[in-house]
Amino acid sequence: MQKRIAMAAMLAATFGAQAADHSELAAIRAQIDDMKRAYEQRIAALEQKLAQAESRPAAKPAPATVQSERTDSRRPAAGPASGFNPEVSLILQGQYKNMKDVPERGITGFWPAGGHDHGEGAIEGISKRGFSVDHTELVLAANIDPYWRGQAIIAAIDGTAEVEEAWFQSLGLGHGIGLKGGRFRSGIGYLNEQHPHMWDFADAPLMYRALFGNHGSYTNDGVQLKWLAPTDTFIELGAEMGRGANFPGTDRNKNGSGAAAVFAHVGGEVGVSNSWRAGVSYLTTQAKSRAAHFAGTVDDEVEGLFDGRSQNFIADLVWKWAPNGNPKYQNFKFQTEYFQRREKGDLTCATPEGAAATVACDGMLSAYRTRQSGWYAQGVYQFTPNWRAGLRYEQLDSGRRDFGDNAAYLVVDSYRPKKASAMIDYSWSEFSRVRLQYAQDKSMFGITDNQVTVQYIMSLGAHGAHKF
Amino acid sequence: MRHFVFSLFTLLLACGAQAELRVFATVPEWAALARELGGDRVKVYSATSAFQDPHRIEAKPSLLAQARQANLVVAAGAELEVGWLPLVLRDSGNAAIQPGRPGYFEAAACVDRLEVPSVVDRAHGDVHAAGNPHIHLDPHRVQKVAEALAARLAEVDAPNAATYQANLKAFSGKWQAAIARWEREGAPLKGVGVLVHHASFTYLTHWLGMKELGTLEPKPGIEPTSGQLSGLLARQQAAPARMVLRTAYNPEGPSQWIAGKSGTPAVLLPYTVGGTPAAKDLVGLFDDTLQRLLQAVR
Repeated sequence: MQKRIAMAAMLAATFGAQAADHSELAAIRAQIDDMKRAYEQRIAALEQKLAQAESRPAAKPAPATVQSERTDSRRPAAGPASGFNPEVSLILQGQYKNMKDVPERGITGFWPAGGHDHGEGAIEGISKRGFSVDHTELVLAANIDPYWRGQAIIAAIDGTAEVEEAWFQSLGLGHGIGLKGGRFRSGIGYLNEQHPHMWDFADAPLMYRALFGNHGSYTNDGVQLKWLAPTDTFIELGAEMGRGANFPGTDRNKNGSGAAAVFAHVGGEVGVSNSWRAGVSYLTTQAKSRAAHFAGTVDDEVEGLFDGRSQNFIADLVWKWAPNGNPKYQNFKFQTEYFQRREKGDLTCATPEGAAATVACDGMLSAYRTRQSGWYAQGVYQFTPNWRAGLRYEQLDSGRRDFGDNAAYLVVDSYRPKKASAMIDYSWSEFSRVRLQYAQDKSMFGITDNQVTVQYIMSLGAHGAHKF
Repeated sequence: MRHFVFSLFTLLLACGAQAELRVFATVPEWAALARELGGDRVKVYSATSAFQDPHRIEAKPSLLAQARQANLVVAAGAELEVGWLPLVLRDSGNAAIQPGRPGYFEAAACVDRLEVPSVVDRAHGDVHAAGNPHIHLDPHRVQKVAEALAARLAEVDAPNAATYQANLKAFSGKWQAAIARWEREGAPLKGVGVLVHHASFTYLTHWLGMKELGTLEPKPGIEPTSGQLSGLLARQQAAPARMVLRTAYNPEGPSQWIAGKSGTPAVLLPYTVGGTPAAKDLVGLFDDTLQRLLQAVR
């Protein structure tokens, strides 16, 4: 027994000694590495000085490159700050907003995307009065290996952090095929894939808010397959399927796909100064017990639950002009989109939570059919490297809304919401921008809301390229 | 019928034989070099022209369509195209041209670079962590890029390797003779002080032994301000610059302002192939650049 203990002690001692050796070695290695780094930096600095001091025009032997991998022309010349770390960027965005105090903001004649959470809960940064900050977006992106690239966007605001996007994308499939998986902004429409910091106006068009809610874009958990044709004219086809948890669909416990989308884009150039892209998209998704509050005809307020299918068509066109194709000093961008939504299914009337009494139509099931549309058009002119000005006009049509027997109990509005906006913005660089926007918002029946927004958008860090 | 099948077959064969290597060059200077080295074996597309600021290009659909079909991308590198090229490459669905593959070539990675910042901070403007990317205005560096690019063409298109090597030999001979001539002609430019709009000419002034006394941009990528310009004007008395240089894509206003106030000539340099009518190819680019510089000091 004693022998065993002694042996164990000896073993422990040797391990201890080894551990000490290891830690010492590690420390020495670290020291050597530090010295190496310091010297490399000094050598680089000296070389630079030498190069600057040299005024001889004759062919001089090129100073040895500091890092041998810099001579590999297949790889981008990496900056000292990158290494294997992902590219990190942070978007700061906020505003001051002056507008009417409307208790339940929405778009008259359209199903509110906020669902139960109307009122205070649904008011996110962009629709707050006074000073506020929007989501602070943290973007992390990197190549995973030679075959895949990944990106995550975490959006944080007041006690919540949500995964806005988290996807991987193929790099090595070839044949024009691109595969994306995870949570991503759908490729439908034009504005949908763009983040709020890239928008030309302080808020999303009414069309996008009516289609997809306050986020102003459709995000899906799923897969996307794209194919780019091997032609000089840009032709891109894409298809997506996924969970379909977001409005106009709902999340539910089910196998299979809850939403599917297809889109086609074509684009090209007209002369050197004009480039354009046009597209058509289709999104179909399923909703189960999609809830919203309606004004009642018998009761003050009733709840409607929709079960059925939502089909959305979008057509989009973007036209950009820049003299000689050089957008830095002067450019103009025109963009327009049109949508049509058709929903078909059942509507169930229910008593809202916390209501004093059961509503008259409680539990009543009827057919539900709608066909609604809308569009916007905007032009933004950059007249100096720093200044841009833009106008946007938008109009929706509540269209056909057939609520069946429930129509007797729910107020079915018929309305054409309109909004006109003008903005002017100033950019110190590509990374900082401040914007003043005036909008006359007639999206709610009987209310003309004159809104003034002063907004800032700042991007820090390795800010990636923007889409067209 | 048999005749038709036969002609179809020969047509297919002809197409197969004609399948040139498609080169997607991000800037005109490397497009010109690819044409020199590739000859009739390559079909070169230049993503930008001399009138476009290569820093500020958008990932246009036409660029995606071209990148999709390319066999080789020839980029300037050193983050010059960071605002658009990575997106174009990723969305092209073309595996062959991804960074790290033989189909992706970066010119700046073939040479050592000047102005490598010791601190990378956007407070210093649009700085490139890998150094100044406008390397093509030093003909010695162009020679190095040519050697690397010929080797790469041979790697990507092995059956034509001998042609690329022969083309490189022809180009190098012509180029070395031209360098000797330019350095002889450019001797009077040694020590001449210049102001520049953007740090586009660092390698040129460095090669010719000219002195860059200031930039009209207060920080790289930030447009000239009146404060910066009047500061430069004040310095003209102490350390006078002989000319103000700009590229074809820079606006002429700021250098004309300096010229008007101080009498220092504002000189437009082609900067890249196509920047002036005379800069038809790489030799023309340097010929015209030297001529314009010499004219300004005369």
